[in-house]
Amino acid sequence: MTRRTPLRRLLPPALAVVGFAWLVSAQWLWARVLATLYPGESPVLFPAGTLAQLTVRHLQLVGISSAITIAVGLPLGIWATRRSGRAFREIIVAAADVGQTFPPVAVLALSMPLLGLGALPTIVALFLYGLFPVVSGTIAGIEGVPRPIVDAAGGMGMDAGQLLRRVELPLASRVILAGIRISVIVNVGTATVGAAFGAGGLGGPIVGGLLVQNMAFITEGAVTAALLAILLDALLAALEGSVVPVAT
Amino acid sequence: MIRFEQLTKRYDDRLAVDHLSLEVPDGRVCVLIGPSGSGKTTTLRMINRLIEPTGGRVLIDGRDTASLPTEELRRSLGYAIQSVGLFPHFTVAENVATVPRLLRWDKQRIRERVREVLALVGLEPDDYAARYPRQLSGGEAQRVGVARALAADPPVLLMDEPFGAVDPLTRGRLQGEFARIQRELRKTVVFVTHDVDEAIRLADLIAIMRDGRLVQYDTPETILDHPADGFVHDFVGADRALKRLGRVRVADVMRADVPHAAAEDAAALAKRDGGAGYAYVVDAEGRLLGWVDARMVREGRPCEEAVTRVRVEEASVGVDATLKEALSRMLGFGFRAIPVVDDAGVLLGEVGLDAAEAATEPGSRASQLRERSADGAPR
Repeated sequence: MTRRTPLRRLLPPALAVVGFAWLVSAQWLWARVLATLYPGESPVLFPAGTLAQLTVRHLQLVGISSAITIAVGLPLGIWATRRSGRAFREIIVAAADVGQTFPPVAVLALSMPLLGLGALPTIVALFLYGLFPVVSGTIAGIEGVPRPIVDAAGGMGMDAGQLLRRVELPLASRVILAGIRISVIVNVGTATVGAAFGAGGLGGPIVGGLLVQNMAFITEGAVTAALLAILLDALLAALEGSVVPVAT
Repeated sequence: MIRFEQLTKRYDDRLAVDHLSLEVPDGRVCVLIGPSGSGKTTTLRMINRLIEPTGGRVLIDGRDTASLPTEELRRSLGYAIQSVGLFPHFTVAENVATVPRLLRWDKQRIRERVREVLALVGLEPDDYAARYPRQLSGGEAQRVGVARALAADPPVLLMDEPFGAVDPLTRGRLQGEFARIQRELRKTVVFVTHDVDEAIRLADLIAIMRDGRLVQYDTPETILDHPADGFVHDFVGADRALKRLGRVRVADVMRADVPHAAAEDAAALAKRDGGAGYAYVVDAEGRLLGWVDARMVREGRPCEEAVTRVRVEEASVGVDATLKEALSRMLGFGFRAIPVVDDAGVLLGEVGLDAAEAATEPGSRASQLRERSADGAPR
């Protein structure tokens, strides 16, 4: 594989980010298009905030929850493959699995008495929901490193930390990043539910639109959330290309 | 010196290695061989403690390996396994530099050493250093594996079927080169294989294992001539005479003074030299081009026709080859003798069928030669 130069590799994602930023700040464009699509609706734009504000808020919810998910899920997954944590491997996978089978709406509803309304319960729900792909991706990635390679590394005198940093994580990075990617993308969509519990974000126009039966609001939120998911997916794919070592 | 004392590995109620005791003298190659499940790889891995023994101990130069920190012990032992053990995300140079980096050598020294060992295993550093393992052929990958094991110049090498994953031709060449490197470096080597021919060719001492126990530990000659029991007899196989040829290096038995000359002179040489009836044709640098047959010259055929131009790599053998390979080549071509050339194709001499005949007789000069070189080893 010939590696592309950093500039050529970074250019397409950078252009996509700029394009997206322009699109969400172009209020006039949305107003015109939505007015054309839904001539009966008025107003056509969600009044509680500009699209740019809603998007930033949404990114905060996804960013914070994903950061916590990775900060917890990655070490947890690594630990499950270590000698000290191997006994807990099944429990960890099962727990992360349960986190994902539990619908986020249910988590939000159940956590409301405890955490109240706002961003916090949403972030907790997104964290639990996104944990499974990260943990299982980390475990699958590390366990997928061929046994002879691990043996060779150990046999040449790498200690556990060197083995992890120099061999296991680099070779597992593709699978780990795939897990993170799924987790983040799913969170973009799931975070819209948080609006019903006062978390704000792009779920605001969707939930609001459902309440007042305004299709223009729903379209505004849903289309932007979908575009955001596609954009983040592309960005993480580009990251994968620059972090993952030469194809194995 | 490596010494096993009552070395034992138990898995539940199965003994993988059963009270194994043996000694590998310094600078010798000990080949552990046996059918699968005989405990040979388990034994090897107990030396660098990838597997912890259940009982007994391993001493290296009198020191109990259990008393050393595991990482320190392993960095002092070269370890080569099948090519799949190369790190796919490291270049060839980075792979080879693994142990020196762990030992915190400075960068300049590592760079020089990497070039040195790559050249030693026959890989041109400028061509190979920056490649990744998947850009290598099987044979090249195994050379890198050996270079990686040699990188920190450890006195002891552990090799677990290092030539297991390549075709027979490449394997033969790698074995020849390993033998050459070993003659030069004199490492203490423990080598695991299931290939009897490989064991006979490379070993100073062969340890034949069965069900975790040592059945016979002896020089290859003794094992071929006096197998300890029916198992060893069957394991070694019925073609023992032929296998004995695998012990003899062409370089040790070749005739060096063979008639050779440039094309025109070779024809005269073949005619005049009544004994041989042929002469080798070489170029100005001494590289083998072919040979002329006296009978054809006498029959008055043109010289060009009489000169048999050969594809050197097919109709000759290298100095590192064994007599077994030479015999096989002779029989294949219907020759009574075959020229011997060096890596550059320069004619060095020839070996004949007579050398093979002589070597297959027990107590022959060739086998005495080998036994003398392996003396000091326990019988």
